[in-house]
Amino acid sequence: MAGAAFDEMNGSGSGTDGVRPPYEALSAWLKQQPPEFFNTRRSQAELFFRRIGITFAVYGENETSERLIPFDIIPRLLTKAEWSFLERGLKQRVAALNAFLKDIYGPQECIRAGIIPADLVYRNPHYRLEVKDIPIPHDIYVHVAGIDIVRVGPNEFYVLEDNARTPSGVSYMLENREVMMRLFPELFARHHVAPVENYPDALLATLRSVAPESVARDPVVALLTPGRYNSAFYEHSFLADKLGVELVEASDLFVKDERVYMRTTQGPTRVDVIYRRIDDDFLDPLVFRPDSILGVPGIMGAYRAGNVTLANAVGTGISDDKAVYTYMPEIVRFFTGEDAILKNVPTWRCREPEALSHVLAHLSELVVKEVNGSGGYGMLVGPHASKRELDEFTRKLKHNPENFIAQPTLSLSTCPTFVASGVAPRHVDLRPFVLSGADEIRIVPGGLTRVALKEGSLVVNSSQGGGTKDTWVLDG
Amino acid sequence: MRIRISHQTRYIYESPARSVLQILRLTPRDSESQHILWWRLEPSVEGRLKPFEDAFGNLCHDFAPDHPVEDFTIAVIGDVETHDTAGMVRGTVERVPDPVFLRETPLTAADDAIRTFASEHGRHADRDPLGALHAVMSAIHRTIAFDTDPTDAATTATQAFSLGRGVCQDLTHIFIACARHLGIPARYVSGYFHRADGVADQEAGHAWAEAKVPHLGWIGFDPANSISTTEAHVRVAIGLDYLGAAPIRGSRRGGGGEKLDVRLRVDTARRQVQTQS
Repeated sequence: MAGAAFDEMNGSGSGTDGVRPPYEALSAWLKQQPPEFFNTRRSQAELFFRRIGITFAVYGENETSERLIPFDIIPRLLTKAEWSFLERGLKQRVAALNAFLKDIYGPQECIRAGIIPADLVYRNPHYRLEVKDIPIPHDIYVHVAGIDIVRVGPNEFYVLEDNARTPSGVSYMLENREVMMRLFPELFARHHVAPVENYPDALLATLRSVAPESVARDPVVALLTPGRYNSAFYEHSFLADKLGVELVEASDLFVKDERVYMRTTQGPTRVDVIYRRIDDDFLDPLVFRPDSILGVPGIMGAYRAGNVTLANAVGTGISDDKAVYTYMPEIVRFFTGEDAILKNVPTWRCREPEALSHVLAHLSELVVKEVNGSGGYGMLVGPHASKRELDEFTRKLKHNPENFIAQPTLSLSTCPTFVASGVAPRHVDLRPFVLSGADEIRIVPGGLTRVALKEGSLVVNSSQGGGTKDTWVLDG
Repeated sequence: MRIRISHQTRYIYESPARSVLQILRLTPRDSESQHILWWRLEPSVEGRLKPFEDAFGNLCHDFAPDHPVEDFTIAVIGDVETHDTAGMVRGTVERVPDPVFLRETPLTAADDAIRTFASEHGRHADRDPLGALHAVMSAIHRTIAFDTDPTDAATTATQAFSLGRGVCQDLTHIFIACARHLGIPARYVSGYFHRADGVADQEAGHAWAEAKVPHLGWIGFDPANSISTTEAHVRVAIGLDYLGAAPIRGSRRGGGGEKLDVRLRVDTARRQVQTQS
């Protein structure tokens, strides 16, 4: 499969071989460098990252050891035209996601119109009954979305999944750019690269725009983290610092008379907008998991009273559900009146008996995912799976088909990547970050490119040994 | 039947607790089987008591004492006129569509043992769901011994089932797990039960389940007593499981150890002189 992949630099796999125009300068530059050059630059990059302190804890390893996410020093390039297309598609998709969430937590017209099966919503544990009919400030639910996009040809992009809970990775997008600018000033001189460093400003503007309508003064924003043992804690502290807002843990917040306050050295300060990086389940032990020590008791009462904005809103997890994902083309059409600009990967819903028998018969060709899984956990890549893994998934699928979807094994595009053997093609995806405010939808050009460093591997998740690249949207 | 309920939950902490916050689901609503004649909810300390309705239509209160507290009581008292509706639940506030009650929750998830048990005792569920549910209820009643020792509020259906013991909450969770496995929406009810043997003082409130039977509607099943609900049952709150219907969920800062003292009296009202002022 990997042999047939579209290479974003040399165009192979697309029928027209030869270096593609956006990569001409980069390709020539790569050829000019002496072999030891990349090794030197890579160790410099690693040094930069260690100094900055970027680490990432991987769940499921014996020790909760922190390690660097591998960073690849060769940038991934997108043309302005490619990006404009993606940008239009992303804005449309996220607008539809917001409208969908507003509807299922409100009048539920899309269920009545048969756009999505009622069961898929009502039986979903991420459909939070607690926020049904509760007015949400400015009707925005997904303030920060990470939409994972894969490419299979020069003009063929697919949305692989929507991350509308607490998508992470944006700190890598920002740090990768900073490190690249230090390592390769000469390359930036040869390319007009659209900036990404305004992301924190865009995020802050977004968060401030969604403060409750009743807040008359400058809204106070805080970032709520589960704490330093969370795998994304580095990102939380990084972002709070860049935004210039307080980084708080649950114990720093309290609720009185349905208002949220943070303890500060100057006494309690009212908080209006909370960029929370903890899941719904842990948010409020009085309403969700009673054993949660990461949450703020009473925060749901303040939320119900409209006194605080939670970003993202409670209950957005339903749109991360991979079974709900399969209805996105219909959801986009229903809420925007337009066809989806960004296509979905064709997906079999294993809850449907015919789809299930097809999936079971073709398991070794397909990718199977849990509807509520994320981070590449609980996933089967058929062509790379052992007999034992295939048998195990056959059993799981038969036992609990509604828990799974299946997709063809897409031949993700490749980009030149520096590996032990030199510069070689590796499969990539792209996670742009889409910010929805009361005023507008903001997207910084590009996003986080994730790369599967193992030859032939299609799993780009950092928890599964993936790395990242800087993503350049070329302005000229 | 006219039932008088007096239910006091007293919290005693080692030292004053700050930021006490509670959600109380202690206020019953009218339905065809019960009419609330009068009802009072009274915390023993000054505080903010704010009523709201939750997603399931339960009447709830947020309660927050004004000051740190070391010893306080949440008391409810009232009279309810009940009628036997042969287990049929009608005239209730229904806010949530039926498929929600097919969701598994951590407390009501079934394992292979419960699924096998449910399939065996409820094998005719598609032809005769009512009969199947009754069979499952009496099988649970026979199989699970009533025992207050080994389980607590966090015990799951699977844990209680493998222990073979538990209290009304555990039996109800097991029943719900079975019903949902059979494809029948089921929910948890917290409330009160008037005992026929004349014993009015009780250790704790009661819990049972309701299942949505095609063509009949919601039916009450009380696996602890192995009966459908009768005029002895006073229904207070519903949820997917205990957590959604819990009479009191709370949090606090400080206070050290906690001692809980529950006084519950469920009696026929005519025996007493009404003391409402």
